[in-house]
Amino acid sequence: MSLEDAFADGPAFIPYLAAGDPDYESSLEYVEALERGGADIIELGLPFSEPIAEGPTIQNAVVRSLEGGMTPTRFFEFVEDLDVSVPLVCMTYYNLIYRYGESEAQGTSDASSAERSSADCRAAEPRDDGEAASKGPRPFVEKAASVGIEGLVVPDLPAEESGPLREACDEFGLDLVFIVAPTTRGERLERMMEQVSGYVYVQARLGTTGAQTDVSDQTGASLDRLAGYDVPKAVGFGISSGEHAERIVRSGADGIIVGSALVDIVAQGHERGTDPEAVADRLESLARELKDGAVAGTSQRPPHPERT
Amino acid sequence: MSTDGKFGDYGGQYVPEALMPAIEELEDAYERYVLGNEDGFMDEFRTRLREFGGRPTPLQRADRLSERYDREVYLKREDLVHGGAHKLNNALGQVLLAKYMGKDRIIAETGAGQHGTATAMACAHLDVPCEIYMGERDINRQRPNVFRMKLNGSEVNPVTVGRGTLKEAISETMRDWATNVEDTHYVIGSVVGPHPFPSMVRDFQSVISEEARTQAREKMGRLPDSVLACAGGGSNTMGAFAEFVDDDETALYAVEAGGSTLDVDEEAGVAPNSASLTTGSEGILHGARTTILQDHDGQIMESHSISSGLDYAGVGPELAYLVDTGRVTAVNVGDDDALTAFHRLSQMEGIIPALETAHAFGYLERVAGPDATGEHDGLGEFVVVNVSGRGDKDLESAIEETYERDIDIAPNMDEFTGGL
Repeated sequence: MSLEDAFADGPAFIPYLAAGDPDYESSLEYVEALERGGADIIELGLPFSEPIAEGPTIQNAVVRSLEGGMTPTRFFEFVEDLDVSVPLVCMTYYNLIYRYGESEAQGTSDASSAERSSADCRAAEPRDDGEAASKGPRPFVEKAASVGIEGLVVPDLPAEESGPLREACDEFGLDLVFIVAPTTRGERLERMMEQVSGYVYVQARLGTTGAQTDVSDQTGASLDRLAGYDVPKAVGFGISSGEHAERIVRSGADGIIVGSALVDIVAQGHERGTDPEAVADRLESLARELKDGAVAGTSQRPPHPERT
Repeated sequence: MSTDGKFGDYGGQYVPEALMPAIEELEDAYERYVLGNEDGFMDEFRTRLREFGGRPTPLQRADRLSERYDREVYLKREDLVHGGAHKLNNALGQVLLAKYMGKDRIIAETGAGQHGTATAMACAHLDVPCEIYMGERDINRQRPNVFRMKLNGSEVNPVTVGRGTLKEAISETMRDWATNVEDTHYVIGSVVGPHPFPSMVRDFQSVISEEARTQAREKMGRLPDSVLACAGGGSNTMGAFAEFVDDDETALYAVEAGGSTLDVDEEAGVAPNSASLTTGSEGILHGARTTILQDHDGQIMESHSISSGLDYAGVGPELAYLVDTGRVTAVNVGDDDALTAFHRLSQMEGIIPALETAHAFGYLERVAGPDATGEHDGLGEFVVVNVSGRGDKDLESAIEETYERDIDIAPNMDEFTGGL
């Protein structure tokens, strides 16, 4: 099933979890619980050490996951081990995509410690990155496609720098989801909408990710700016309850993206040493609340001209 | 020089979408005010640098070092800029630019605290509210600088994520910017980050080499054979090099922090050095493609240096490019040699340098000193060393580190520590 198809039967519920948080096995269970709770697409975070777009909740998830041994290679195994049928989107930062496959290319050069043993007697040698650098994002995208990932979200890659990744995604049939911020307008919006596929991630408010007690009113304005574009609009950043989900869908969203509120459950379970099964149940139940909220939002939606 | 934000393959704008409009706005302001001197921006900047900042700084002959190394050694005295480091050149420029842009809130990150104090001074001087993000570990290493920022009326926000140093402080400042982008300007402290920061910070800092170039001609009747500057993110480096880049007769040496060793512990994700130019590889960090310390997956490694101002896992994209093209030679000096150089300059020239700066002098000693290792001495007969900052901020850690390390040239540390 393609990403866009996931929006065909009513509003799509798109939960996010960091893969491997807090450990590989529990995380598999948690992601599967999201599907049982009604997920239509699942965003899986591949943790990067410098997550500049994330608030504290997901920063901590990234730390747990990295400490649990998550790497890009493990991430692809994780995706293969997952028993879910909904489409998966990988959310990660560009350096991991850009560097994937470099270790093979560089061979043992990183480990040539013998020659580097003295900090005091070595000048820079020309780096032998030429060939490796030219590979760019292609190996990552090829691998992602081969394990069944349907799309990518890359929070630190604006449309201006996305050419090589867009090309690789086209070659291997992946969607490239872009984030539209409340500050994205005019020409920038147009440029981005030329490149986007799958769905557009509408950032509900300025700032970083994180559960909020209220939903921003910037969402409606963003959705209005996007009304003319024929691509599903999923709203994220701050949604934490069924009631939020309902309101967001009522204001015109085609889907909702929820991360931090779910990650909070994982974090709590980890801190309190809760049995993973109980954590999975809690995830499933919040997932269901969010999905039900989103569906309720459609039924109350004021009649408005359908997208053509 | 580049105006499209690319230096070869390096540079660019790898930032969250929410920041892009602010970055485009900044690009526009950079072109109009800095490059185009619109509304007399550059004139006002130069006047304030002179009157508030104390510029121009001298190019001073170091008599005893000249004798020791048997050549003409001159010091570009950026330690005499108000605040005690070159950092004010950039901070004053950016805070003034923010005012021209109508931004009414300033945020900045700081590692050693030098950029934070410079920004805090500039903000007090220009009457703009200011918040500084600083890693918790750095706050503990640099107490006096924290007090200075607060005395100038800035708020200091501790960053507790990760190891609590410069890398985390930059990430956290970017998050603040992404939240408050409409009324806030982020005064980045080095020639790093997304375009236009690397070019703009270089332009504000290039007053160093502009002055040095003229002063060298006045004093020696010619350009120097070499210029040495320490390199962390690279702002004093690019400032000291910028106007010499087209002078083929002048060799340029960027001296990185070799830390305790150039070995890398991939398992632990730790590089016990900050030598991105020497040991790093190409990647994307904090908005730019450049040379960074990363593991084979692309995760950023924790860096190390005795000097917190050099302790960063990346380096400015233009500097990385100039090293790749061979115009700049990257070398490195470890913690011990830097500390020894710190004491030597203090004793021989009456200048207590910042630990960052001491790295540049450590290199001079290594290739030209009495125990020269035989490493190629390409420095020539007329050497300019950029004294990027003074060492008052480092006294506590320098004393502690010296005590632990048993540095030959150092005075008896018991006098300072009471034997600890």
